[in-house]
Amino acid sequence: MDWQGQKQAEQLLQILLLAFAAAAFATGYALGSFKTMVLTYASGVIVTTLITVPNWPFFNRRPLKWLDPIEAEKHPKPLPQQIAAK
Amino acid sequence: MHSFGYRANALLTFALTILALICAMASFSDNLNSLSPSANVQVLNINWFQKSSQGNDEVSLTLNVSANLQSLFTWNTKQVFVFLAAEYETPKNSLNQVSLWDGIIPAKEYAQFGIHTTNKYHFDDQASLSSRNAVFLYFLSSFLGFISSFTFVQGSNLRGREYNLTLHWHVMPKTGKMFADKLVMSGFRFPEEYR
Repeated sequence: MDWQGQKQAEQLLQILLLAFAAAAFATGYALGSFKTMVLTYASGVIVTTLITVPNWPFFNRRPLKWLDPIEAEKHPKPLPQQIAAK
Repeated sequence: MHSFGYRANALLTFALTILALICAMASFSDNLNSLSPSANVQVLNINWFQKSSQGNDEVSLTLNVSANLQSLFTWNTKQVFVFLAAEYETPKNSLNQVSLWDGIIPAKEYAQFGIHTTNKYHFDDQASLSSRNAVFLYFLSSFLGFISSFTFVQGSNLRGREYNLTLHWHVMPKTGKMFADKLVMSGFRFPEEYR
């Protein structure tokens, strides 16, 4: 994943889990069934895992633009300074 | 979010934290329940009332316990533990409690019940046990009656004694806080003489 993709994945992770938790509590409370709440939430966790954890291509759409080799030669790397012995 | 393992770990810990949160919310929702339990106990017969082999007063009762505890059940209730205790006061102890019967109610449809039974556990006046003897009793409780008679102070307190029958219940949740309450029914009295 590229940097933007990582941020996107993290945001998706948090929002999806919170949304599934809220939906799970609401359906469980409305139906009066604890089992419904837990099953809804568990399926939400699995769906979120499938969306955010694997390295999907759409997370990699904004790759970093590395410099061309000739461009890099024009801007040589600075030499390290001589440091006096301690 | 640098690698598969990193994201998987972040997801797992966040998911578990959120799970704890919704379980806490589920437990809190039990407070919104309005309770209206009702119960009635009748002592149909005092089968016998004697001194037991240990020298304590012992009584056998036939009881009719009826109750409607359906309003105690919520979506977060696993089971309700209910027990009937006889409570009385003696000169030595201000409160003596003896459990006579208990049961587990697994679901709302069983919570309205009426049972006709003799007391499930012995009703002995054992409460006059000093604290020193209580430790002694713990180690000797497997021995026969003639030894335990040295550990118990003789309990002869039940003749003519007034007692309450209290129905206690513990609402055990699937997650979170357990609620307990009781209903006191007074006006019972032992006979003046053994029979």
